[in-house]
Amino acid sequence: MSSYLEANARERIQRLLDAHSFEEFLPPSQRIVSPHLAQLDAPVAFDDGVVIGQGLLHGERVYAAAQEGGFMGGAVGEVHGAKLVGLLRRAVAQHASAVILLLETGGVRLHEANAGLIAVSEVMRAVLQTRAAGIPVIVLVGGSNGCFGGMGIVACCANAIVMSEEGRLAMSGPEVIETANGVEEFDSRDRALVWRTTGGKHRYLLGDCQAIVADDIAAFRQAASDAIHACDQGGVALTLAALEAEQAMLAARLQDFGAQSEPMEIWRRIGIDDPQAVSMLEAAEFTELVKHSVAHVAATQQGGR
Amino acid sequence: MKWKQIAAELFPAGHTISEQDNFLSGNAQVDGQTVAVIGTTNHTAIGVEIALAQARAILRVVREHPRRPILILVDTQGQRLRHRDEMLGINSYMAHLGKCIELARRSGHKVIALVYDQALSGGFITSGMMADACYALPESTIRVMGLAAMARITKVPEHRLAELAKDNPVFAPGPDNYLRMGGIEAIWGGDLAAQLATALADANPADRRTALGLARGGRKLAQPVIQAVLSGTDVHAA
Repeated sequence: MSSYLEANARERIQRLLDAHSFEEFLPPSQRIVSPHLAQLDAPVAFDDGVVIGQGLLHGERVYAAAQEGGFMGGAVGEVHGAKLVGLLRRAVAQHASAVILLLETGGVRLHEANAGLIAVSEVMRAVLQTRAAGIPVIVLVGGSNGCFGGMGIVACCANAIVMSEEGRLAMSGPEVIETANGVEEFDSRDRALVWRTTGGKHRYLLGDCQAIVADDIAAFRQAASDAIHACDQGGVALTLAALEAEQAMLAARLQDFGAQSEPMEIWRRIGIDDPQAVSMLEAAEFTELVKHSVAHVAATQQGGR
Repeated sequence: MKWKQIAAELFPAGHTISEQDNFLSGNAQVDGQTVAVIGTTNHTAIGVEIALAQARAILRVVREHPRRPILILVDTQGQRLRHRDEMLGINSYMAHLGKCIELARRSGHKVIALVYDQALSGGFITSGMMADACYALPESTIRVMGLAAMARITKVPEHRLAELAKDNPVFAPGPDNYLRMGGIEAIWGGDLAAQLATALADANPADRRTALGLARGGRKLAQPVIQAVLSGTDVHAA
C-alpha cells in the first residue's frame, strides 16, 4: 500500500500512471514562477504548485495534473491556472484518451486574487471544453487540504469524482463559514462534523462522488481507469437530457434533505440503518453496504454526471 | 430597486422581467429580437435554491426557445456561507448552473453577462464568467473578497495590500482591474441599450480572456504559459 494522502503531487502522478511513463510539461527546471508573489515577499515554487504532463494508464495515453498541497495549499494563481488550461487544451489537440486531475486545493490563491479567480473560471471552461471534445475528465480527491473554493465547483464539472474517505470536497471551508457566521453555524474545530459534512463518504452517499477508495494510490489508479471506461457507455459531453436529470436530482435532494442539519440524518433517510457505524467502515465495506442498502444511490452511480 | 432602473435603460422597447426571492427572470426586446433575462439582485448570496432556480430558467430557454439569446444580470455577494448549503453540496449546485450556461452556449445561444452592481467569487464564476462575454457598469464592484479578510488569510498587512492595490490590478476590487486582466470584456457607460445590441451581435463562444489579459497588460504570463504547454517545445521527460 502506498498512501495517497502522504505522497506529494509528483509522487502521486508518477505512481498513478504506468511505471516510468510520465512526461512532465513545463517542469521545475524551467522555473516558470508566479509573477505576483515576490511583491508580497511570499515564496515561489518552480512549478507554481502544480505538476502537469502526459503518461500511460494501463497503456492508454492520458493527460494528468496534480496540485501540490504543500505549496500555498494548492491554491490557483495565474501560472498555476494557465498550466491547467494549457494541459486541457493540449489533451484536446492531441486526442488524449482522458484527463485526470488530482485536485488538492483551497481554490483561488488570495495572493493573486483577481488573476486567480479568472484563472479558476478558465479552468472550469477548459474542463467543459475537453468534455465537449469527447474526452472524459476524471477528478481525484484524497489530499490533506481537500478540494475547496472554486475548484470544488470545477471538480463537479468533471465526468466523475473519485475520493478517499479522507478526502474532502466542498465550496467554502469550515473556517471561512465560522468566521462569517459564528461557531454555532459551523464549528471548524469539530473534526467529526467537518468530515461528516465534506468527507468522501457523505459526498458518495449524496451522489456527488462516483467512487470511494482506500487511501492507496493503487486504488485511485484502478478507480480512475474504471471511471474512464464507465464514460464509454454514458457519454462524455454535456447534454440537455443529462442536465435535466441533474436538475431533477438536485431538486429532489433539496426537497428530501433541505430541512436537515445533521449529515447522519441524511444518511439514515437515504437508507443507512446505522449511520454511526459509517465512519468505522473501510472503503470496500462501505461501498458494499451502500450497494445493498441504498438502491437509488447505487442506480445514480451508474450514470455518472 | 436598482435592477428596474438598469432594465429600463437596457430595454427601452420593453421587458417582462420579474423578481422573486432575489431571482430575476423574464424576456426583453433588444434590437427587434427577444432576449431571455436571468439574474439576481439585492447582492443576494447564492445558495442552493437560487442556483437551482437560475439553472432551471436556463434549461427552460434551451428546451423551449432554441438559439434565443440570454442576458445574465449579476448582483451577488458570493456563495452563501452556511453549513446547510455545504452539507447539501452547494458546489454541485453551482457547478450545475455553470454547466447549464455552458450547454446554452454550445447549443447556439449567445450569452452575455452584465455586472450591474456586485460580483464576488463563487457566485460570479458560475454566472457572469460563464458567458460568451461579461461586461460591467463603471460603478460596479468585482472582487474575490475584501482586503481585510484577504490580509487575515494571506498574513500580509492590510495597509500593504491597500498600497499594492493602487497600481496593481491583481488585488484591487473593481471592474477596471478585471478589464485589464481580460475577465471583463468592456465597461459600459452612456447608451446601455446600444451597447447590449452590439455585444449580442459580437458574441463569440471562444474563451479569449488570457489573450485579452496579455494585450491589456493585466496578466502577462497566463497566455504565454498556455502557449508553451500547447506547443510542447519545452517538454522534458521526468
